[in-house]
Amino acid sequence: MFKKTILSALVAVGLSTGSIAFAVERQIEDFDFSFEGPFGTFDKFQLQRGLQVYTEVCAACHGLQYVAFRTLGDEGGPELEADQVKAYAAQFDVYDADLDEDRAAKPADKFPMSGFDGAPDLSLMAKARAGFSGPYGLGINQVIKGMGGPEYIASLLSGYTGEEKEEAGSTFYQNTAFPGGWIAMAPPLEEDLVEFRDGREASVSFMAQDVAAFLMWTAEPKMMVRKETGFLVFVFLVFLASLLYLSNKRLWAPHKYKD
Amino acid sequence: MSGIPHDKYEPKSPFAKWLHVRLPIASLVYDTLMIPTPKNLNWWWIWGIVLAFALVMQIITGVILAMHYTPTAEGAFASVEHIMRNVNGGWALRYVHMNGASLFFMAVYIHIFRGLYYGSYKAPREITWIIGMLIYLMMMATGFLGYVLPWGQMSFWGATVITGLFGAIPFIGEAIQTWLLGGPAVDNATLNRFFSLHYLLPFVIVGLVVVHMWAFHTTGNNNPTGVEIRRGSKEEVEKDTLPFWPYFVIKDLFALVVVLAIFVAVIWTMPNYFGHPDNYIIANPLVTPTHIVPEWYYLPFYAILRAFTADVAIVQLVSWVTGGIVDAKFFGVIAMFGSIFVMALVPWLDTSRTRSGTYRPMFKYFFWLLVIDFMVLMWAGAMPAEPPYSIISLIGAAYWFGYFLIILPVLGLVEKAKTPPATIEEDFDALHKPDAAE
Repeated sequence: MFKKTILSALVAVGLSTGSIAFAVERQIEDFDFSFEGPFGTFDKFQLQRGLQVYTEVCAACHGLQYVAFRTLGDEGGPELEADQVKAYAAQFDVYDADLDEDRAAKPADKFPMSGFDGAPDLSLMAKARAGFSGPYGLGINQVIKGMGGPEYIASLLSGYTGEEKEEAGSTFYQNTAFPGGWIAMAPPLEEDLVEFRDGREASVSFMAQDVAAFLMWTAEPKMMVRKETGFLVFVFLVFLASLLYLSNKRLWAPHKYKD
Repeated sequence: MSGIPHDKYEPKSPFAKWLHVRLPIASLVYDTLMIPTPKNLNWWWIWGIVLAFALVMQIITGVILAMHYTPTAEGAFASVEHIMRNVNGGWALRYVHMNGASLFFMAVYIHIFRGLYYGSYKAPREITWIIGMLIYLMMMATGFLGYVLPWGQMSFWGATVITGLFGAIPFIGEAIQTWLLGGPAVDNATLNRFFSLHYLLPFVIVGLVVVHMWAFHTTGNNNPTGVEIRRGSKEEVEKDTLPFWPYFVIKDLFALVVVLAIFVAVIWTMPNYFGHPDNYIIANPLVTPTHIVPEWYYLPFYAILRAFTADVAIVQLVSWVTGGIVDAKFFGVIAMFGSIFVMALVPWLDTSRTRSGTYRPMFKYFFWLLVIDFMVLMWAGAMPAEPPYSIISLIGAAYWFGYFLIILPVLGLVEKAKTPPATIEEDFDALHKPDAAE
């Protein structure tokens, strides 16, 4: 118990520094995700692969407590079929307060919480780790290169060097993306750990990217509708502005001696 | 309203006459909308409308968000995620409200610097300026209270740091801090009262805005030349002004829509750019973020707060003189509030008789240096409190106080200002009348 508390505390300290822009130079790779840029969209097949990696690897320790199973079938997400969502949910057990016991999860339930304190919930991780914002903390990387939390997550998962060390009875693993360089999480991915049904090579880098994309979706499930709506409203406002510009010009013309 | 002669409302229909005797509301609306407005106003005069719009937008989105929000330490964070995921259009409401705060502050800063450049604070507009400063203070309070509500890490630790400022007050500080927090530390009681006050203050702002508008409708708008409207007769007034409706309403609407297009583009492409990633981590009293940063709009004043550390000579001097009652922490708090206080006093600190900065050759340089100073302080406020940033903050803070307390009073006495045009009409015609340009 004591050991576990220390571990959690160390992890917590480590994670709290996770979003600081001024930490040591870290190697965050600039991946080209499909959802980057003003018109970027989620690739539902990538999200499905990411879901698979999450389910088979991450879910052992981590939770997604803000994500409801039913959203796996939503437009702009992994878009599973209704029966797939049902079957997927059923493999998790959730606590039902009415029955006062555990039962198989239904689509309306949410993913379970993290199994232990040291493993943070992953629902919002892609947004919570977006803070390496480039030179002088001006957020340049975020704006120009479209770098954010998913880049960090993918870099972290593929950034293990293989070195490890013992400290205060806990093992730490060297990681080129993690602030401080040593992380308490053991390398979760290895070559061919999962088998993708679409035949995509299950390299560490690919799995890391797929699960990072999936976690971007769990953090911002309404991204696609936001971009569609945002663009439409923008176009509408530009059009409205042009009309107002012309009205204003016409209105003032006699007073500016232009009539 | 008063002062400037212009067409007054005349009730025509029998109902209008009946109503006018009992409640002259139509007259109030008419006189407010038809106020003679200097026709040479440039594009820096559009931010008032943007601010009015932002206030209404924040209230409307805020009221709806409050319908779905849970103001408890246990439920707050999850309820914000509920809004983002399950409430119809909830993501839009929340992003508009969250970025709306940034829009509001960006607009208010441009509005304030507009006033500083064109001398809008000078007699007879001191009350307008003071009310404006009160609105700004209320906005700061409202923004801070609102930032605590999502109950993320920055919410929690921001609240801890800022209420800690009150704890720095000698003797009674700790009691005040406990009273503000509703307990020894930021907790459920804090969140409850912050939510209540965050809902209340915007309506106080609405009241102040009405007084702000009443004041400048009484004096009339300032304008880029700083020359007053001729008020001898209605004909004279009409040479210098155009009625607010439709001329300035349409002009301001155009500008507002352009600003909103940019605002929407931010929400469309990078809605979290102005926020802090740590606020997507639920508040945890046991884990302090290594680097607690307030929202961008507080950064210049946060930099001033942190600039005065115990190794700064003036801090040591004041500490020695007061027998240690004013320590570095309290000095920083005084400096931060003082930096806003000196700005509120500017109508009496600026000794120049020329109102508009356009005709003050030396003032211009100092003014733009102040703008740069503000930006540098903003940047330094986001950096860790260590050299060289602490030195930069200190220099920035010194210039801020120097500008208001030394430069403005002295400049008015030594500077030789150019002569502004005699009338607003002259200024306007020089820009627009074809033969005047030759």
